[in-house]
Amino acid sequence: MILYDYVLSASCYKVRLMAALLGTPLILRAVNFHPAREHKSPEMLALNPKGTLPILQDGETVLTDSADILRHLTMDHPEWRSPDDDRWLAFASDLNESLGLARLHDVIGYEADIDTARAAGVTALRKLEAHLTEQRFDGLIFLTGKAPTIADIACFPNTALAPDGGFSLDPYPSIRLWMRAVRSLPGFIEMPGIHRLHELAHPA
Amino acid sequence: MNTAIENHWYPVAMISGIDGPRETLLLGKKITLGRKDGTCWVKDATGKALPTVERFGHLWTSPGQPNRDLFTIPEADSPGRRLVDVGSVKVKCSPLRAVENFLDIAHFPFVHTDILGAEPHTEVDRYDVKIREEVDEVWATKVKFYQPQAAKSAAGGITTEYMYRVPAPTCSVLYKTCPPRPGEWDIITLFVQPLTDEWCEVWPWMALYDDESTMSEMVSFQQLIFMQDRSILENQIPRKLPLDPGMEVPTQADMTSVAYRRWLKKIGYTYGAQLVAA
Ligand SMILES: N[C@@H](CCC(=O)N[C@@H](CS)C(=O)NCC(=O)O)C(=O)O
Ligand SMILES: [Fe+2]
Repeated sequence: MILYDYVLSASCYKVRLMAALLGTPLILRAVNFHPAREHKSPEMLALNPKGTLPILQDGETVLTDSADILRHLTMDHPEWRSPDDDRWLAFASDLNESLGLARLHDVIGYEADIDTARAAGVTALRKLEAHLTEQRFDGLIFLTGKAPTIADIACFPNTALAPDGGFSLDPYPSIRLWMRAVRSLPGFIEMPGIHRLHELAHPA
Repeated sequence: MNTAIENHWYPVAMISGIDGPRETLLLGKKITLGRKDGTCWVKDATGKALPTVERFGHLWTSPGQPNRDLFTIPEADSPGRRLVDVGSVKVKCSPLRAVENFLDIAHFPFVHTDILGAEPHTEVDRYDVKIREEVDEVWATKVKFYQPQAAKSAAGGITTEYMYRVPAPTCSVLYKTCPPRPGEWDIITLFVQPLTDEWCEVWPWMALYDDESTMSEMVSFQQLIFMQDRSILENQIPRKLPLDPGMEVPTQADMTSVAYRRWLKKIGYTYGAQLVAA
C-alpha cells in the first residue's frame, strides 16, 4: 500500500498511526504540500481531483478520505471497530475545520476565519472532554469503550496538535488522560508536535 | 529609529512563492512585497521603496540603510549541491530565541529524539567559539555530536561535525558532515524574519549533497525537525532573550549562545531582547 503523505498533516498522521498500530507496512511518498503545493500538481490531481492528502493506493483501490482509509486498513480487524465509530469519524472530520484550520493558520499562514475556527475548536474540545469524562465515570478510557478503535485514532491527531494552533489543553484533564492512553498503545509512533510517552519513573 | 536594528538585511519571502503582491510585517511595521517583470520589490507603509537583495532563494530587505552587503555563503555555489526551499513556519517567539535554539545542540536527544540525537549520547564535548572581529560574525567550530539520522541521506548513526555561523543578528548558517560525501559540508540555514519582537516567520533553506532523496523528502525532513522545535520555542521563559550573562547559567553546551548574546550586546542589537541591569 502506498500513502501519499505530508509529514506535518494531521490527517496523514491518522493513517501512519493506524498502520503502525496494526503492524501494516506502508510505502510513504512524500508530497511537498508546503511550500510547493504539490498536492495541486497535475500528477496528484490525476490521482485525487479534490487535491487533498492523504491518498492511499492499494492495488486498484484509491482512497482519498482519512475516515475511509481507516476503515479500509481495519477491514479485517474487527477489534478496532465499534458501532459508535461513525459519529466520531464525523466529529474528527469537523476537527479539521476548527483545530486543524487554526493550526495551519498559525503555522504556515493559511487563510482562515481564525476567530470562528478558534471558537469552534474550543466548543469541540469541551464536547470531547465531556464525553471522555462520562466514559471515565463508566470505567472506560477510550471514546467508544475499553479498547481503542478507529474513532480514537481519527480524533487523536488534531486534538493532540491543538497547542500548535494556540489552544491550551490544560483545562481538559480527561482529554489529557485519553491522549496518554493513546500514546501508550503498543506500536505508537510520534509526529512533530506529538512526543512519545516517556517512561514513568520507577521507584529505585 | 534605531539604526543598530534597522540597518540590517531581513528575509521577507521565498522568491519562488511570490505570486501576487502580499503584505507582511517587518519589525512590527507593515510592508508590501511583490514581483514585477522578474524583479522583486518591497515598499513600506508610506509607499516608499525599500532596498532589496535576492539571494539564497529568498527576498531580503531593510527598513534602514545597510552599511554592508548581505552576507554570502560561497560554499553553497559549488556544483552538485541541491538548493532546497523549505518554506516558512510562523512561531510566537522572539527572533533571537529562534536563532539561539538553532545554535544549541544539547537539545537534540530530547527534542529530535532518534534523529539528531539519542540517549545516552547526550554529552557535548568542548569546542571552539569566537567572535571573528574581521567579519563581525559569531563562529563555533569543531562541534561533534552523535546522530542516529543526521540527514535524510544518512544510512545509520554517525558522529557528525558541525560549524555554526551567525552572520547577521537573525540569521544562522550551519555546516555539518555530509553523510554521502564525508569530505564536504552540508549547509543548513535558518533565516528569521522578525514580524514583531515576539513573533517570527522562519525560513529554513538548505544546500545539500544528496543524489538519492526527492526534493519533497528533503523538505519534509527539515520541516519535521523544525516543527519539533516550534513547540519548545513557543513555551520558552522568559519570552525575550536575556542579554545579561548573569541571568541564565551557561553550560559548556551553551557556549555558542553565550557568544551570540555577547555579540548582540556589542553591536547593540536589542530587538527581541530583554535588557537587564548588569
Ligand atoms: N537536517 C538538519 C536539521 C537541521 C536543523 O534545522 N536543525 C534544527 C535544530 S534546532 C535545527 O533547526 N538545527 C540543527 C541541526 O542541524 O541539527 C540536521 O539534520 O541537522
Ligand atoms: Fe531543534
